[in-house]
Amino acid sequence: MLQFILKRLGLALLVAFTVSFISFSLLFLAGDPAAALAGETASGEDIEAIRRLYGFDRPMLVQYGDWLASALRGDFGESYYFKLPVASLIADRLSVTMLLGVCGISFALLTAVPLGVLAAMRPNSIIDRIALFLSVAGQALPSFWFGLILIVVFAIELRWLPVSGTATWAHFVMPTIVLGYYAMPAIMRLTRAGMLEVLSSDYIRTARAKGSSELRVMFRHALRNAIIPVVSLAAVQMGFMLGGSIVVESIFALHGAGFLAWESISRNDLPTVQALILIFSMFYIVFTFLADVLNAWLDPRMRSS
Amino acid sequence: MTLSAMKSTIAVLALTASAGAAWADKASDTLSVAFTKELENVDSYFNSSREGVVMQRAVWDGLIYRDPATNEYKGNLATSWTWIDDTTLELKLREGVKFHNGEDFNADDVVYTVNFVAKEENGVKTQRNVNWMKSAEKVDDYTVRILLKDKFPAAIEFLSGPVSMYPNEYYAEVGPSGMGLKPVGTGPYKVTEVVPGQHFVLEKNENYHDSPKGQPAIGKIDIRTVPDVNTQLAELFSGTLDLIWQVPADQAEKMAMMDGFTVANESTMRVGYLSMDAAGRSTMDPNPFKDVKVRQAVNHAIDRKALVDNLLKGKSVVVNTPCFPSQFGCATDAAVTYDYDPEKAKALLAEAGYPDGFSTEFYAYRDREYAEAIASYLNAVGIKTDFKMLQYSALRDLNMKGEVPLSFLTWGSYSINDASAMVSQFFKHGSLDDARDDQVKADLDIADSSTDPATRKEHYAKAIARITGEAFWAPMFSYNTNYVFKSDVDYTPTADEVLRFTNMTWK
Repeated sequence: MLQFILKRLGLALLVAFTVSFISFSLLFLAGDPAAALAGETASGEDIEAIRRLYGFDRPMLVQYGDWLASALRGDFGESYYFKLPVASLIADRLSVTMLLGVCGISFALLTAVPLGVLAAMRPNSIIDRIALFLSVAGQALPSFWFGLILIVVFAIELRWLPVSGTATWAHFVMPTIVLGYYAMPAIMRLTRAGMLEVLSSDYIRTARAKGSSELRVMFRHALRNAIIPVVSLAAVQMGFMLGGSIVVESIFALHGAGFLAWESISRNDLPTVQALILIFSMFYIVFTFLADVLNAWLDPRMRSS
Repeated sequence: MTLSAMKSTIAVLALTASAGAAWADKASDTLSVAFTKELENVDSYFNSSREGVVMQRAVWDGLIYRDPATNEYKGNLATSWTWIDDTTLELKLREGVKFHNGEDFNADDVVYTVNFVAKEENGVKTQRNVNWMKSAEKVDDYTVRILLKDKFPAAIEFLSGPVSMYPNEYYAEVGPSGMGLKPVGTGPYKVTEVVPGQHFVLEKNENYHDSPKGQPAIGKIDIRTVPDVNTQLAELFSGTLDLIWQVPADQAEKMAMMDGFTVANESTMRVGYLSMDAAGRSTMDPNPFKDVKVRQAVNHAIDRKALVDNLLKGKSVVVNTPCFPSQFGCATDAAVTYDYDPEKAKALLAEAGYPDGFSTEFYAYRDREYAEAIASYLNAVGIKTDFKMLQYSALRDLNMKGEVPLSFLTWGSYSINDASAMVSQFFKHGSLDDARDDQVKADLDIADSSTDPATRKEHYAKAIARITGEAFWAPMFSYNTNYVFKSDVDYTPTADEVLRFTNMTWK
């Protein structure tokens, strides 16, 4: 088990390093950072002064090396835009994104798993059809559109929920649904498929034969096995949500890390973007790693692979 | 759970939720406004966005004030001013003014503020706003002299715009980051709450001095950052916002048809124009834009009126000058104008040796639909365009290197009502100068440094006549912006795209 964990850990670090380097290089293709930093009102002379001040005239590899060395010490530099340490800037916003991510994945699991189980219990029934419809719709609806539809219905027509902001828990209801809905279909389909497979296996027949109730068979015997792949999928989806809530955060004016990423990209705030990309990819890598370990722990067969 | 039980649960939840949300309205004397962008720092010297200017005008005061309607300069924190010589301005200060924290306003504050912002290493974001000042010295408690580095006729305009006065003791103690979190000024509104990135709360300054800005009427202004315009509209519908601005024309048109909302349109100082590589800096070879006839053909090829009527709408106008018409020195009558005449454009191209037209790269960084319309007019006279839409920073980079044969650009003059803020930025052989014309530069040098208004006017007019006669640019149109607010709000926007809370009232 330890060997498995170490192997996975090494792989994860390698991925993290590669991601950071690729994203660092890509940013330089997006235009002159000095011009972006100086803003639309800057003259040519202003831009030149900024280029020298921030060291954009140095070779890219040197800039990357500098950045990585300080990043390993937890120092991501100072945001060009806010003139504040990037680390504290991100720490301030991460709580909103984390809260949203946890709410989103909980919503997805709490709705998708029961739906998946129900669909598996009665394949091709009306419930299964509805579940299938929901999953197709979930995959097809762009989140900005779905978000606006929710706003129109629940905030403008019914006035049950506030449109945007983070003042109360009610502000998180619609963003949670929009973010979680995106992860629902995959979780539901996987639960359904896993349940169908498990339900036809011998030990379920044995469990039924010894007179266990259907509910006990479903949740105690079948779901426990069927849920293993769902756990790893949910962990991966959680990683997605933390990095992928950019659109949701912008629509609902939640000032989290995703919104900060979007804004920072548009104003070429390199230190912030680089730190965010590293943090988002670390989330993704950590959650994938945890999913692997969790899987191996739940299912000893996985350890050898 | 039965259906009715579920319904009542939801209703209870909705009630408790709405109790926490602030309902903006006349009854609570709170006006809720949305900003699209987040300010990097509320300290007006350390941000460069329009939202920052809006905050600056509400929280702080300048020494001088320019009436946005008449363009007349009036005393604000100063009551009078005289030029001692070309580089020394003496100002008499208003007595009895207090900062929001109770500190008295006097010459020490002016001296401290000017000396702080003029020092380059203190890092004021837009250096152009302050780098014409060398220092300030106190004559007595209510008299100061501002010393200039060089002759700078636009000084009064800058003192009435971006240069505002800070409390010396407080600023020395907290610096720009402290000022950003807890701003203190003399302005009509004081800041009572700052949650960076989320919202600001301004409250009426009950002790505001007798300023030409007028007295604030609305008690509280709550400003929230809402990035998405659709979300802003939804907030407006649901009653949690009272006023939004920079609303796209199509959305504004729909809002204008609805009851309960007022849509106001006003032009901005932003001018759109085509810049052509007249100096031949790009790698294009042969470079048709070196020929004045080709540049004139480009000017004749585009139906700017149709662009204004169908795309920009509102109070946008066709612009014939390399500056915004209201700017001092922007001599519209000196400009050579080019009517929409595609036949003449074709004839000019033929005379220049391009009877079948030519192909060129064409760049833009914003307003793709305007750029595409321009491209189709050019195609119609035979100028085939390879259209490239770039990020602003990427295009600026290419512009500075002189690698762009033809581009659609815009300039907002940072709301400075003086031609030097536009034409002089582009025609004095800087890295963004595509014309590099010595005669134009000579006239602009005189106009920019003279303190005699008549001399300035004369030489700006000469420069403008030369630029338009040689058709170095094809000036296009001015931009406009839409303000949408609830019907119980009374507000008349101004042409400089600055929201003035002091001029807003409840109906």
